[in-house]
Amino acid sequence: MSAFNAIGEERDIDRDEFTPEIEPQATWCPGCGDFGVLKALKQAMPEVGRNPEETLLVTGIGCSGKLSSYFRSYGFHSIHGRSLPVARAAKMANPDLEVIAAGGDGDGYGIGGNHFMHTARENHDMTYIVFDNEIFGLTKGQTSPTSPKGHKSKTQPHGSAKQPIRPLSLALTSGASYVARTAAVNPNQAKEILTEAMEHDGFAHVDFLTQCPTWNKDAKQYVPYIDVQDSDDYDFDITDRGEASEMMQEAENKLYEGEVLTGRFYKDSDRPSYQQEKQATGDMPEEPLAERYFDDDYEWERSYDLLDRHK
Amino acid sequence: MTDDELIWRIAGGSGDGIDSTSQNFAKALMRSGLNVFTHRHYPSRIRGGHTYVEIRAKDEPVKSRGDNYNFLLALGDSFARNPQEEAYYGNEEVKPLSENLDELREGGVIVYDSGLLDASEIENFDERVEENNWHVYDLDLRGLAKEHGREVMRNTAGVGATAALLDMDLQYIEDLMEDAMSGDVLEANLQILEEAYESVNENYEHTHDLRAPTGSADEEQVLVSGSHGIAYGALDEGCRFISGYPMTPWTDVYTIMTQHLPEMGGISEQVEDEIAAASLAIGASHAGAKAMSGSSGGGFALMSEPLGLAEITETPIVLVEAMRAGPSTGMPTKPEQGDLEHVLYTSQGDSNRVVFAPGDPAECYEQTRKAFEIAYEYQIPAIVLYDQKLSGGHQTVPEEVFDEEPNPDIGSVVTEAELEEAVQEAGRFKRYMYDDEESGFGGVSRRSIPGQKGGNFLASGNEHNEVGHISEDADNRTIQMNRRMAKLDAIREELTETSDHQPVYGPEDAEYGILSFGSTKGVIEEAVDRLNEEGHSVKAMNVSDIMPFPKDEVTEFLESVDESLVVEMNASAQFRRHIQGQLGRFGEKLYSLLKYDGNPFEPEEVVSGFESRLGEEADLSQYNVRIESATGD
Repeated sequence: MSAFNAIGEERDIDRDEFTPEIEPQATWCPGCGDFGVLKALKQAMPEVGRNPEETLLVTGIGCSGKLSSYFRSYGFHSIHGRSLPVARAAKMANPDLEVIAAGGDGDGYGIGGNHFMHTARENHDMTYIVFDNEIFGLTKGQTSPTSPKGHKSKTQPHGSAKQPIRPLSLALTSGASYVARTAAVNPNQAKEILTEAMEHDGFAHVDFLTQCPTWNKDAKQYVPYIDVQDSDDYDFDITDRGEASEMMQEAENKLYEGEVLTGRFYKDSDRPSYQQEKQATGDMPEEPLAERYFDDDYEWERSYDLLDRHK
Repeated sequence: MTDDELIWRIAGGSGDGIDSTSQNFAKALMRSGLNVFTHRHYPSRIRGGHTYVEIRAKDEPVKSRGDNYNFLLALGDSFARNPQEEAYYGNEEVKPLSENLDELREGGVIVYDSGLLDASEIENFDERVEENNWHVYDLDLRGLAKEHGREVMRNTAGVGATAALLDMDLQYIEDLMEDAMSGDVLEANLQILEEAYESVNENYEHTHDLRAPTGSADEEQVLVSGSHGIAYGALDEGCRFISGYPMTPWTDVYTIMTQHLPEMGGISEQVEDEIAAASLAIGASHAGAKAMSGSSGGGFALMSEPLGLAEITETPIVLVEAMRAGPSTGMPTKPEQGDLEHVLYTSQGDSNRVVFAPGDPAECYEQTRKAFEIAYEYQIPAIVLYDQKLSGGHQTVPEEVFDEEPNPDIGSVVTEAELEEAVQEAGRFKRYMYDDEESGFGGVSRRSIPGQKGGNFLASGNEHNEVGHISEDADNRTIQMNRRMAKLDAIREELTETSDHQPVYGPEDAEYGILSFGSTKGVIEEAVDRLNEEGHSVKAMNVSDIMPFPKDEVTEFLESVDESLVVEMNASAQFRRHIQGQLGRFGEKLYSLLKYDGNPFEPEEVVSGFESRLGEEADLSQYNVRIESATGD
């Protein structure tokens, strides 16, 4: 029994509970892929069985960062690129929370790239959704880390000379234990993947292709998509790091050739989460730290008892 | 300068165990009933390079490192670079002896390891010895150590020789060794200690007068640094989460916390950078833990944006900033007070934070506790600003300072019963309520913790309305800004009522004042004593409440004096500018004494600086200090 009443409630959860009491009108453009993420997430929550008040959604900055405005739960709309450090600390302070972080490709693979690597390496039990639209949308159409080579914009007028980031490969190399790609145009798969990601005990990375009809008109609408699990053309073992890696490389290459490969790319169910690793070495308490402050009977340690070493 | 005090300097190379040897020697002096103050001088290197620790001990309270010193123990530097070659850094091998002569007082004692140091390589050594009436004892400490144990034990031989020459009881030192070592290592060290002690008594005629002072402190004392004060203050406030990235000198607090947190069921996280470190503290606090982070100048610069996020989302956090000489990498192991304006104003928008600058380890403890209390009650970031001098220097503090009850209260948080009521009345909980009368504090609206039923809200770095939704409405913006900014006045009022963070030292009716902040407190109090003994009329105020600034207290102080010197360790008189900015007057009364050479002030420098201000004969050219005249308003 948690000190927090919303945690561990035994009841059916309805997707409408995740719609804010007064729903702010979304600032996303008509046809934006971001609506697909919101919908898929609301649909996944009842599947996972977590209610709004035991869920913490931490977002970054950009169109994607607005997700926390349109999704009813405890929310933290943080700063550009920093959703992961805020989210993972909240998870450590109270592992009973369902913690989700979300942001765009500039937010997660660009300015927050360092945090992406390290959070994946630590394998926190949380879900990270990256809205990947290959563009900076809210700042009006600049080249992003996943924009294809040669992409022209006001900040790269001669075409980007850079190879795009390989998000799936980066997640795998860094240590994520669940890596998937889905697309806003594929709502059923998106719901299933988000459900799996949240149920996974470790760092689950979902590269979520979200078409930007306003600033990335030249880009694909991510149709037709291919689910690599359903396709006869692809056969690989998602629990095999080597095969997963090859498949990721192919999916990343093909995206820029107009072929949208989605699905689960890697899953390691055996790797202990960061919390389990830390608890095993006595580096993290067994009971959620956040609950201790509500426990009137807890005997708090005193520095006075540490003074022998100073005498 | 009096000889009722011992200022013992142990010099050698980094990595030679100077620090641990000095710690034990300082404790031995403390156990004999003396008050002790230590000062650590070291280079930014792992091994080698001139390093020393000074231990000042006397029967009366000691507040600073004092002026110069009177006993040198010069050990060899095992890691000296290219000792045989000409290099711009000179002959490092002999530096433990040669580099320390300028500050040795007349009539002082020198013990050096003749097994490793050759005094004939130092220019005019014999002439200087004679001129200054120094008493020199050359001992083959290395030989003695090798004979009974290993060469590294020469530190112990040096301590044994010191004890003999100062007429000290070996018992305290032996007890400490027994606490720290065991087996063969202990046996060998004890033997070397006693051998050195006896050998000095038998073979050398003691020509000097200096003896260890006799201590009479009867209360139990502990030897702690400012970093211990901060860490222990945090632990006693129920802080059980720290996130950090290593950086000198902040690492001191970080490692002390990390040493204790796991056994207290807490969490210490070493993360990828300081942006993450501050963000983690925010995340942990948001989820309901009492959390802290911190860094030194460069790392703190990376915390700028999360700091602003904590301000606008009203997430309580405590950050430590351990200053070192800047700009940029500057001098990593040297103290300076150059980050004052940095911590006050870094991050975009109007800054809204609390800054404390404690002056000694006891104040570090008390003010860190206050920082947590304020941060969690008022939902505002609180910063504890200190420097390498307080971080690394140890001082005797009465044990009772720490004999306090823990306070794990997480501040202005609603209960689930209150949330239920709020949801019934207003349809939902308003996290950023314009006027939360129940909170009991100016500007504060109570927060909920994720997991609490009925408490869901959005914390946003964007401006937001009462329920937390992003809003650019002009009226809402003005109300929310005013509400957040109002906290500082409420905090100022609370601090005035509950704390004494601006102690005034010296005669109440003094004609002149000295103002300072943070770690310069002790040295200035000592200078004030000396100036008054010399017939001047001076009092000092050391300010710890940097923000909100104690306007009334400082105004009262400045109105009571003809003029005031502002003493600080930086080049641009940041604290003086802060006083003038906060009070909007007194520009004609405030003069600066500035030092930024990487070493803390000595009392004599403050005395001379003060006297030169009065037009008296005082030669400042021998010091790296500078007087800056009043600028007017």
